[in-house]
Amino acid sequence: MAVNSTSVTNHVRDPKTRAMLLAALYLAQEQHGWLSPEAIRRVAARLELSPGQVYSTASFYTMFKLEPQGKYLVQVCEGLSCYLVGGAEPIIQHIVQRLKIKPGETTPDGKFTLEVVQCLAACGTAPALRINDELYENMTPEAIDELLDRLGS
Amino acid sequence: MFEPVLTRNIRRPASEKILTYLANGGYEAVKLAFTKPPNELIDMVKRSGLRGRGGAGFPAGTKWGFMPTNTGQQKIVAVNTDEGEPGTFKDREIVEQDPHQIIEGVIIAAYAIGANRAYVYIRGEFFLGFKRWIKAIADAYEYGFLGKNILGSGFDLDMSVHRGAGAYICGEETAMLESLEGKAGNPRIKPPYPAQVGLFGLPTLVHNIETLACIPQIIQLGSEWFASIGTAESKGPKIFSVSGHVNRPGNYELPLGTTLREIIYEHAGGIRNDRQLKAVIPGGISTPMLTAQFLDVPMAFETLKQAGSELGTGAIIVMDESTCMVEAARRMTKFFAHESCGHCTPCRLGATRLFEALNRIEHGQGLADDVDRTLELATGIDGRTFCPMGAALVNPARSAITHFRDEFDYHITHKHCMTGV
Repeated sequence: MAVNSTSVTNHVRDPKTRAMLLAALYLAQEQHGWLSPEAIRRVAARLELSPGQVYSTASFYTMFKLEPQGKYLVQVCEGLSCYLVGGAEPIIQHIVQRLKIKPGETTPDGKFTLEVVQCLAACGTAPALRINDELYENMTPEAIDELLDRLGS
Repeated sequence: MFEPVLTRNIRRPASEKILTYLANGGYEAVKLAFTKPPNELIDMVKRSGLRGRGGAGFPAGTKWGFMPTNTGQQKIVAVNTDEGEPGTFKDREIVEQDPHQIIEGVIIAAYAIGANRAYVYIRGEFFLGFKRWIKAIADAYEYGFLGKNILGSGFDLDMSVHRGAGAYICGEETAMLESLEGKAGNPRIKPPYPAQVGLFGLPTLVHNIETLACIPQIIQLGSEWFASIGTAESKGPKIFSVSGHVNRPGNYELPLGTTLREIIYEHAGGIRNDRQLKAVIPGGISTPMLTAQFLDVPMAFETLKQAGSELGTGAIIVMDESTCMVEAARRMTKFFAHESCGHCTPCRLGATRLFEALNRIEHGQGLADDVDRTLELATGIDGRTFCPMGAALVNPARSAITHFRDEFDYHITHKHCMTGV
């Protein structure tokens, strides 16, 4: 998850410590690639929370990863608007065949993780997917091949 | 001919930049607002008839009027950029393309209710929007629209932006406040409403992006202008996100009260491949679907209610005759089963059981009484949950069965779909 840490820290002006938790989790995830038990403990220590409080909050949100992820996280929308215009399963199937992994899995070289997600608010430019923090719209199998070629799959 | 106001800037080159905004009349409404007493601004918003654009449609001026004036407490404006209602993509476009319009709305709202702190919450997935928010806020500080003694008015306002991390429920205002406080986004019980006990226990005014976009327009062009657009109970311009089987999907800013037919066939270019319309969802998947016989219903709060649906976010999803309604209902219900925050049982278990029944029917394993049980289950969920998500999550299945019961029965009897999907 390529999060720009400088911008995140600069924009937490809130004095209340607990309110910094989500931003702190983003920072930890950026540094470690995922939220390992060690990362959770460190965040907890810095914010004077218990590891349980931090874990409980982190596990509520789908963008916090409690398992190692590939370098590129490919998230394909399976929402209704994507489905109606030929997205969702056909797009997912194409990536499954191309990367030889199922949704939820990471390629053996640690490069790609495939995830099926809910609406990305790009229904007017469906089918949509995200790779790390970039949104890609009007996706076709050809466009996906081009994207994955570029990332070296 | 209606001239768009909320989206007038978004297709200009470099529309997100403060200089572009200033060159096109930006921040003039703030200057005008500072010449008026706060009470007059609240009255203007009340008289405009503006209702919240995030889905609930609560009168904005009334909400401003709820903010306490004599408690001596710090007050807060919380900005909801957690757009997650499937079918909706208007707030993302406004924030990415014209964030200063929202900052201007926030300054006016904050000045009117006496708040000196504004928190923006943005959906974790909206990374471009997050970056645009950061830049826009920094520029607004640099140009003196945020910070101490704004434009010499004596009014102070600080503003910062905070990312969510993937949870639909955080679009619900109290769940959003929990998330801003660094917690899991479980909704709070109401009352107390955020106007009394909001962020960090302080009185908080929560608004959707599109609602805030209307504020500078109301101040500059007047409440009467705003109230002259729309229908009896639904005033002003509205951005309709149109997706699905149309030739030109996209965001269309039109007066409230524009008919579904006009939006779909004139603005969105009609149905793809000249097919027939089968069903349309008028306000995001939380709102019941309607059939072609409702095409002349005006898109307004009161008229859609009469038609058995809701305006919601104004996100129109169009489905043509080739669509399997069992699959459409299954897919939408899967969304809610995935997004239930788990806080209360009717939603947590109910959404999953609904999805399982629809999944069985879709895959030819439906039981004889699955349709009736689905309707019964929906009755057991609707109105019995902690937050409004319960009422929303039953709508896809219940409205699909109401209008297309024969398709569900066919699936169960023949173990496949009558549309051939």
